[in-house]
Amino acid sequence: MAAIFQGVGAAAALSSTPSNSFNSKKLLFSPRRSFSVRKGASVVVVRSDGNVNLDLNPRGRRAQQLIANAVATKADSSAASSSSKPGHELLLFEALREGLEEEMERDPCVCVMGEDVGHYGGSYKVTKGLATKFGDLRVLDTPIAENSFTGMGIGAAMTGLRPVVEGMNMGFLLLAFNQISNNCGMLHYTSGGQFTIPIVIRGPGGVGRQLGAEHSQRLESYFQSIPGIQMVACSTPYNAKGLMKAAIRSENPVILFEHVLLYNLKERIPDEDYICNLEEAEMVRPGEHVTILTYSRMRYHVMQAAKTLVNKGYDPEVIDIRSLKPFDLYTIGNSVKKTHRVLIVEECMRTGGIGASLTAAINENFLDYLDAPIMCLSSQDVPTPYAGTLEEWTVVQPAQIVTAVEQLCQ
Amino acid sequence: MSGAFSAAKFTTQPFLSTPLPPDLTTSPSISPAPPHRSSDPPANSASFFFQIESPRRSGTVVAVSDVVKEKKSKSTPNLLITKEEGLVLYEDMVLGRAFEDMCAQMYYRGKMFGFVHLYNGQEAVSTGFIKLLKKEDSVVSTYRDHVHALSKGVPARAVMSELFGKATGCCRGQGGSMHMFSSEHNLLGGFAFIGEGIPVATGAAFTSKYKREVLKEAGCDHVTLAFFGDGTCNNGQFFECLNMAALWKLPIVFVVENNLWAIGMSHLRATSDPQIYKKGPAFGMPGIHVDGMDVLKVREVAKEAIGRARRGEGPTLVECETYRFRGHSLADPDELRDPAEKAHYAARDPITALKKYLIENSLASEAELKAIDKKIDEMVEDSVEFADESPPPPRSQLLENVFADPKGFGIGPDGRYRCEDPKFTEGTAHV
Repeated sequence: MAAIFQGVGAAAALSSTPSNSFNSKKLLFSPRRSFSVRKGASVVVVRSDGNVNLDLNPRGRRAQQLIANAVATKADSSAASSSSKPGHELLLFEALREGLEEEMERDPCVCVMGEDVGHYGGSYKVTKGLATKFGDLRVLDTPIAENSFTGMGIGAAMTGLRPVVEGMNMGFLLLAFNQISNNCGMLHYTSGGQFTIPIVIRGPGGVGRQLGAEHSQRLESYFQSIPGIQMVACSTPYNAKGLMKAAIRSENPVILFEHVLLYNLKERIPDEDYICNLEEAEMVRPGEHVTILTYSRMRYHVMQAAKTLVNKGYDPEVIDIRSLKPFDLYTIGNSVKKTHRVLIVEECMRTGGIGASLTAAINENFLDYLDAPIMCLSSQDVPTPYAGTLEEWTVVQPAQIVTAVEQLCQ
Repeated sequence: MSGAFSAAKFTTQPFLSTPLPPDLTTSPSISPAPPHRSSDPPANSASFFFQIESPRRSGTVVAVSDVVKEKKSKSTPNLLITKEEGLVLYEDMVLGRAFEDMCAQMYYRGKMFGFVHLYNGQEAVSTGFIKLLKKEDSVVSTYRDHVHALSKGVPARAVMSELFGKATGCCRGQGGSMHMFSSEHNLLGGFAFIGEGIPVATGAAFTSKYKREVLKEAGCDHVTLAFFGDGTCNNGQFFECLNMAALWKLPIVFVVENNLWAIGMSHLRATSDPQIYKKGPAFGMPGIHVDGMDVLKVREVAKEAIGRARRGEGPTLVECETYRFRGHSLADPDELRDPAEKAHYAARDPITALKKYLIENSLASEAELKAIDKKIDEMVEDSVEFADESPPPPRSQLLENVFADPKGFGIGPDGRYRCEDPKFTEGTAHV
């Protein structure tokens, strides 16, 4: 299973150019250079993406196998030439781990707490080996008591530590909702600015592979209206590491959304220390005809659709909004002013989701620039079903994105 | 758990109508006992669990002053406190009482709004515990937090001003009655929902341990007190944090202010086993019951519990049996509680008892105490004047402190951080 996802992710990751969006002041290197090297390798992947788009729904599984093969080929070739390339190649969960480890080395106040983060290494191995390296107190295995250990993280943050709290699954954080909302979000304000809560709450969420309703939740819509909380969603190994590090260094409480299907994405990332700006969107693919705003896993569905759209003569601009709160209306606004058409693709629920907020924000700020009403593709308002077919129909598929863009650009 | 409290010895005390066990009367400090591992309850407590149908109402509580009197007859100069300590305690309790009475007045005069929960009657707990702390020690309170703040050293002016919703309040008017904070005094907050302060307190205690063991700050022996009520003891966070605190031997004291009522829910109607302190040993920590209407007795228990935490011997659960003299909040007509019950506890007013003790033991004269009363009255009057004259928060303050790092407000259409927009500080920016 892991290999398949790796395939889907890597395919799209290759075609992305995660270069336009960093705060250049904070970077010690030019990311463009390091990514341009890889352009050649993506040819195979593009072809297999085409497969996915052509015979889309009924035989999705077969198509994915093709991608897996493509990635295998790609992995081999990159391994052969890896010595000559700058940076190092790793999977997304390893990038998160690397970012965490670097920050823990950098600042002894950074600590990790959560269920099975220590000896077990985290359910998705993001904290693997850290307990051995930093000790049981810095990588604290907690009892299964989400509300209390999240509150404990908040108390620790108020008194000088910088805890990274892992929700073993994002959905479990519903049990910590009181602490996240009342204390994480409000305490800096209600204390008149006296206490800060430099905490990072992170964990895997999103619709996985037939995990059932409770383990397939997208909590960003629940958390977005809590005042005082920043939210970011990572989507590539590069930004996963950069956002993890930035979130740890931020004085604000930050919720870092990871996606269960993206942990095995592979990418070459720089060896140098870097962080990503928490408030900035990432330009994935510049284009002229339509602005597609997306984040997390849907970025890859969008990029699959983009291949088809390009073949059909469209030139979509794809932006990974990354900062779910606050929105980077600067990048988004500039894109709207250029394309005059907006499609939002999200995995969140349709009602009260990120897309709904984004639609409102764009309408409020950039209505004059729009040539067509904003379209928003979201998950269906249903508890995520178990059955594979039903689950697939719950989230947005590339074919829907293609149709939506065609409709928007008519 | 060596050096732990002998929970068993304390368990029998409050619920029996017989005189106190001898070991308590002679030595208020807690004697070492073997680990509480045995699944068998201590013999003497086991025997009475079943005898008492309504422990709270029927139990005769013996005041510490009686204990001390017995003691005194045996060995004359062996008092529990010095004159200076006695006056500090008295002043703090009188301040708590006078401040809360003034709050009621100001509330009815329309100077403060919302839910205001007064502490009248429970002063012995706040004073008995918090006055033993160092400034670096932390206190985590509940919605009934004014007096905890005062005991911890937050000036009356800052608390009153906060209640008036003024910019000079300890939280700049952004917190209010139920959210008192002071980073200077390590008051980690009033928490308005039941139980949510306990994990935060546990986190503060974790920081102490972390500083000592990871950051190698050998001098860090800071203790955290978590205050909460009897109603909270039926909430999951209470149990979860007892477990974690005992598991990691955190320097924390869980102080239950059992005033018998969770708003209108009698403790006895809500709790399968009303003896809260018994839940301590279940988690491997000592549980102690103490008469929360007697500041000296509270203080003796607090001293040991705080000492244990400071020495790194782990957490303690202390149940203080107390009573609130007013309704749950100023919005509560308080019609439910039995007048006889109210009268019973009113007769055990902790301030009167301390006063009596101080005078009878020649620790203070009537005149000295009167002078303190007067000083406090003036201080409280002054706090009201200060609060009244203070300016309300300006509009520009509305959007301040939402994010510690203001970049969190995001980047505006002009490419600059929204917080740098002049409209932002005027409070008119659209966020």
